Amino acid sequence: MRAFWYLIIGVFFGIVLFKSEAASWFRIYEMFNFASFHMYGIIGAAVVLGVIVTQSIKRFGLKSFYGAEIKIDTKEKSISRYLIGGIFFGLGWGLAGACPGPLFVLMGAGYFPIIIVFVSAIAGTFLYGKLKDHLPH
Amino acid sequence: MDIYGTWPWYVSGPLIALIMFLLLMMGKRFGMSSNLRTLCTICGAGKKHSFFDIDWKDYRWNLVVALGVLIGGFVASNYLTKENTVVLEENVSEKLQGLGFESVNQNYLPEELFGAEAMSDPFVIVILIIAGLLIGFGSRYAGGCTSGHAISGLSALQLPSLIAVIGFFIGGLVMVHLIFPLIF
Repeated sequence: MRAFWYLIIGVFFGIVLFKSEAASWFRIYEMFNFASFHMYGIIGAAVVLGVIVTQSIKRFGLKSFYGAEIKIDTKEKSISRYLIGGIFFGLGWGLAGACPGPLFVLMGAGYFPIIIVFVSAIAGTFLYGKLKDHLPH
Repeated sequence: MDIYGTWPWYVSGPLIALIMFLLLMMGKRFGMSSNLRTLCTICGAGKKHSFFDIDWKDYRWNLVVALGVLIGGFVASNYLTKENTVVLEENVSEKLQGLGFESVNQNYLPEELFGAEAMSDPFVIVILIIAGLLIGFGSRYAGGCTSGHAISGLSALQLPSLIAVIGFFIGGLVMVHLIFPLIF
């Protein structure tokens, strides 16, 4: 039953990504040209509401649907891994015009050349796992 | 709002926050790129590198979300859209035409990179492969992508996520402003 809800949440997310055009290469290009408020509005509105949601969960000790405590993880402190890793990711995001969520959206929408990007992204992840111990973190 | 048109930011943004909230209420956290790691594990990468030596069944829920996202893309493009075109402001359109992207304002993705004809161009294939490698390598190196850092991490007021998002923008700006003029 839980799997059903995960699927529904995913479908909902996929529809929002496609319809907001956050999955469009053109919108990502536009964003990196600061040419429209659209993408900043999407991320900004999601973050502002997300902060309210997350802080409320913390403050009121909200329990999950299944009665468990909701843990908001704190991320490991570092600068280099987030900055360097982030720059690599940003280069790919700008070039492919898609981040991992939209890769799934676009495959579903029938843009099959995206499969090349998707398979390479899995290979890139593998490459990271292979080189992890030799990289600054 | 026309449901068949572009969903405005003030609708889409709050809906993304709602999706993050629903996943938190399911006892999980929002993050798409970790699925790429799980897929490596399923392909047997755990035998070679400890980074992939995880029990993929612990992450099955997220693969189900990703499958949903894929179905969502199918539903949205086939049943919730009349014309799959993205219309940009005139100055950006002209800039893209200047780079050789003639398909601007006619499609959801540029024909020059994702069209049937482009698939016979080895240069385009190499571009797509490099883009994918950067996305996969970078997101795992940074420990997350747009959903994990920009949405989920910033919402939890995590400084590491802010650093990652700054990195995303440095990379994106370098690509679009410095590298695009060289390769397109």
